Amino acid sequence: MTDEIRDILRSHANLPTDVGALPDDADLYAAGLTSHGTVSLMVALEEHFGVEFPERMLRRRSFESIASIRAAVSELTAS
Amino acid sequence: MTAPSPRPALLERARRVADGPARAHAATVDRDARFPAETVEALKRERLLGVAVPSALGGEDATLEELSAICQILGEACASSAMVYAMHQIQLLCLVRHGAAGAHTDGYFARTLRACSERQLLIASATSEVGVGGDTRSSRCALEADDKSFRLHKEASVVSYGQHCDAILVTARRSPDAVASDQSIALVERGQYALEQMGGWDTLGMRGTESCGFRLSARAPLEQVLPEPFERVSADTMHPVSHVLWAHVWLGIASASVATARKFVRAEARKKPGVTPPSALRAAELVSQLHVLRGSVRDAMLAYEARKDDPDALSAMSFQIRMNDLKIATAEQVVPIVLAAMALCGIAAYRNDSDYSLGRHLRDALGAGVMIGNDRLYATNAMLLLVSKDL
Repeated sequence: MTDEIRDILRSHANLPTDVGALPDDADLYAAGLTSHGTVSLMVALEEHFGVEFPERMLRRRSFESIASIRAAVSELTAS
Repeated sequence: MTAPSPRPALLERARRVADGPARAHAATVDRDARFPAETVEALKRERLLGVAVPSALGGEDATLEELSAICQILGEACASSAMVYAMHQIQLLCLVRHGAAGAHTDGYFARTLRACSERQLLIASATSEVGVGGDTRSSRCALEADDKSFRLHKEASVVSYGQHCDAILVTARRSPDAVASDQSIALVERGQYALEQMGGWDTLGMRGTESCGFRLSARAPLEQVLPEPFERVSADTMHPVSHVLWAHVWLGIASASVATARKFVRAEARKKPGVTPPSALRAAELVSQLHVLRGSVRDAMLAYEARKDDPDALSAMSFQIRMNDLKIATAEQVVPIVLAAMALCGIAAYRNDSDYSLGRHLRDALGAGVMIGNDRLYATNAMLLLVSKDL
């Protein structure tokens, strides 16, 4: 799943940095993730994994790192 | 028993400023597009510039509800003065909440806040920059740090009252190799910076804020950089507090316009006792619209107060949408209210030399829709609503 998330980050989050060089726990906001990039990322993740992020997940910490995105998506795909 | 909020004595001090120098000088501040120096002096005399500083640092712990009420009271008299006050308090709250909270109570920002209270310092901001398309969450300039200090050169497209302040809160990329959105925010004091003005400030309304552009060059100790990234300062404080306080300034303009219309109706009624003048119906309509506006502005202010110490809740998308909507809705509602008040009073409001004159209020109110363009905020909300579900 981490590789899929990295691919989506690369193609949809419009990061000015190299996604491949980011550790799983790197702060994506410090890496240049904007609110516009966050929304593109969310829409792409919803489409790819067939999930809908509930309102409680639409917060900064859900998308602040690759690890936190994986946790959010895992929670939704498990249920 | 808890003290009433807002504290009446605090608002009484604001009314003395509003009914005194703010109202007395509003016309010349507007005509000459000059800084409302008399009002700011009076705010200092009433010790209102530092009220939001914690009492442990010499201030009065003013709440956002109290600051909002002060902005509205000043806005009823002179919207330029009220906007200067609002902007100063936005900057001050950034320092209170992100510079001197928790473990930082004896550092540079704690000392500075004590000085803000003791010396009633006025703080401006330089968050916009030439070449970033009006996006304050993006910087071109960067902090260039050495061992103990940083240098900064910024082409700031707007520094309101930049020539009249004691310090400026300025954003920049965290370092020369940081991406555009990886920003820090630092306070630079007079004596640590040089300003070179770029262009003037000759606008339709809000003429007293002197919101000119400046080339800012600064050098200051590293301890003057806020410890948290600007992204957090913006989301937790600057963005929501700006919208709440600006909305109260505009609410002040709307309130004053409706008060003028009601005064006009009462004067009409006294000419024919026993007959309700036709304009009374329009005034009742205006009062109803004002109540709706007041309710929505207050609701948004309380929404912020309820979650102000919960960064996770402040980062919620639904809350960002709510704050953007506060700005959009207030800006869109204030102008029709002033126009309707003007239509009610007729030529008396259209004249610049009458007791019922509403020209300045109308021109000031029109600034609400362009001070961060409503379409920009609609575009942001349209995007956020692609994933947000509840509101």
